[in-house]
Amino acid sequence: MSPAERPISALDWRGSGAEAEDVLVLRRAGILDPAAGIEGVHDVVVRAGKIAELAAPDAGEAPGAEVVDAEGLSVFPAFFDPHVHLRTPGGEDAEDIATGTRAAAAGGYCGLLAMANTDPPVDDAGAIVALRDRARQEAAVPTGFLACVTRGMRGEELTEMAELADAGAAGLSDDGLPITSARVLRRALQYQRLAGLQIALHEEDPELSAGSAMHEGVVSAALGIAGIPSVSESTMIARDATLAGYEDARLHVQHLSARESVDAVAAAKAGGIAVTCEATPHHLTLTDEEVKSLDSRFKMNPPLRSEDDRQALIEGLRSGTIDCVATDHAPHPVEHKEVPFEQAAMGVTGLETAFSVLYTELVRPGVLELATLVERMGAGARPFGLVPATLAPDSEANLVLFDAEAEWEVGADGWESRSHNSCFTGLRLRGRVLMTVAGGRVAYRQRAFAMAVAP
Amino acid sequence: MKDLLTIEDLKRADVQRITARAESFAEVGRRDIKKVPTLRGRTVVNLFYESSTRTSSSFELAAKRLSADVVTVKAAGSSVDKGESLKDTIATLSAYGPEAIVIRSPHAGAANLVTGWTDAAVINAGDGKHEHPSQALLDVYTLQQRLGALDGKKIWIVGDVLHSRVARSCAMAFQLMGAAVTVCGPPTLIPRGFSEAVGCEVAYDLSDLGEADVVYALRMQRERMAESFVPSIREYAARYQIDSRRLGSRQLLMHPGPVNRGIELSPEVIDGPSSLITAQVESGLVVRMAILYELLAGGEPRGGVRSDEELPAPTPIGEPA
Repeated sequence: MSPAERPISALDWRGSGAEAEDVLVLRRAGILDPAAGIEGVHDVVVRAGKIAELAAPDAGEAPGAEVVDAEGLSVFPAFFDPHVHLRTPGGEDAEDIATGTRAAAAGGYCGLLAMANTDPPVDDAGAIVALRDRARQEAAVPTGFLACVTRGMRGEELTEMAELADAGAAGLSDDGLPITSARVLRRALQYQRLAGLQIALHEEDPELSAGSAMHEGVVSAALGIAGIPSVSESTMIARDATLAGYEDARLHVQHLSARESVDAVAAAKAGGIAVTCEATPHHLTLTDEEVKSLDSRFKMNPPLRSEDDRQALIEGLRSGTIDCVATDHAPHPVEHKEVPFEQAAMGVTGLETAFSVLYTELVRPGVLELATLVERMGAGARPFGLVPATLAPDSEANLVLFDAEAEWEVGADGWESRSHNSCFTGLRLRGRVLMTVAGGRVAYRQRAFAMAVAP
Repeated sequence: MKDLLTIEDLKRADVQRITARAESFAEVGRRDIKKVPTLRGRTVVNLFYESSTRTSSSFELAAKRLSADVVTVKAAGSSVDKGESLKDTIATLSAYGPEAIVIRSPHAGAANLVTGWTDAAVINAGDGKHEHPSQALLDVYTLQQRLGALDGKKIWIVGDVLHSRVARSCAMAFQLMGAAVTVCGPPTLIPRGFSEAVGCEVAYDLSDLGEADVVYALRMQRERMAESFVPSIREYAARYQIDSRRLGSRQLLMHPGPVNRGIELSPEVIDGPSSLITAQVESGLVVRMAILYELLAGGEPRGGVRSDEELPAPTPIGEPA
């Protein structure tokens, strides 16, 4: 069954059910929307929640509009993150819906999907309804909630997938844990024909990875830390893609980290299997060399891998084997990270740095085309039946205003997220999000920029 | 040198200085009164999160021989049992103003982490499967006593390399001192990438053991069998046990202890003339004295912690200064 395509604003947020009233003119902005083939300097006019017009420079007018001088600045379609941990319910000391969605807006995101590995896990319709209700009060950007594939994330019995779909779940995932049983996953893929929801998979064979804390390789051998082999990921991808092909189902592979995984996805796609996948900014820019410091900020699952793996991910992103960038934004309270590496919690935050990190590390050195990055930053909406943001006139206004020349130090101005476990803290980046518009409303203004333009 | 965290951090001259100092302490140990006043009035905290006999007792005795006040804290029965974090435990113990904290932890990098939370010198007495630098230093010292310089010597480290912090530290220390190291064990018990990470040779059988000047056997734990690293202890012993048939008369034998008699070593070699196992334990005391001396009395005075007064030379108490 082919999923119906919905606009991002159909997800739940503070703007749900109300007409967007913000009227904006972004004057002389350098706009780029590679998917729509739009590039050039225009006045962008936002009205009634839509891109009302891409006017000639200085020709854009709208009564009552806030006019922003965007000379020398860029406007892109806003980003979409299909992989975020909002830690609600149960982990509100790390993040909640308000802080996590503010962090997303600050990173240029106009929408996100929250994972279901909360405490308790989101595995029944009541939990979905309650979270959607909370998001309509608190979420700064449209937010979808995934539900678990299996009850309690135990990997044994399916959740009530059809009822979860009716309750408004945005997809299904046991993220954080793999579905180890091929039988259970096969049933979920069969049942997808009824429920219709995308199934996102954390691919890891615990038989190969249990008890380990970092990538298995030269660095883990030097540190005496048990390694997570690359093949613990790729063997599961190969298994699950084969099952999806057999059941004519679709699935989305989360956070690819290894060359073998890129190869497994490429082989599945070449075989006509409906598989999509994502990669994170940290896997695209860092390697296990960072772990030599035994700094727990570099601990996440899947782990940072070798330079060869990183190069394979970049090539996969370039070629389209990797469909989109996802942050796997995983906030943790300080006390879960201020412990020896092997004891530390897995995960890093990422929403507020994703685009600037990739722009600085990949686009500016000429490794990746800006147009490719912009497209991949938004494409994570598509596997979940949502229409990626576009700047095409008359479409929903989801855009990001970006200063490609700005220089800033990660963490120096604080964070919107409640947690600070970023692996990029202290890094100097080029390019900064100044403003994010989601569903026609201004969801974020960078503080110094807001002060500078204040009347 | 402020802390002793890994062998990786050390230069050849550092190792040489420590082993030379150990030699002078060995001389003190042969006197009637074995104590020197070097660290009088200073405090050393031993914090052990894992059981240990040799390392814990020898650090304690080493500090006492240097006249330091010593507190030994073991995880069992302490506030660690009540869920106190490492950071809070270090803050608590640091409030006593110790000059040194000796820490053993089941987790790699624990000692390194502790340096950020205390002004005391930190000594890694074993962190997970990562490093055990004082063991490697005492092994270098033991070999120097027997062989002189290690340059050009061939040393085989045999057994469960995967789970051994001793193997990692010793391989690096022996190579730093000019020896050529081969690690040997079942393929399941040698970590992927070890050769590249440590720069040593890897062998999976003992057929070339005859080239070794020194055979360093590692402890083989019975539970490795249950985790299917080896099919049986019997097969392990058949392939890797060092016995009088395999150990040549001119080859020296070492083991970090505790030994599993009849598994990695046969009884006759443990007690045989080639065995340095008892010498290693004796070395443990003087080398750990030398480590404490190096960190607390050997280098430049540490900012704010130590006074500028000249530290007395290691003259035994009760003898004319």
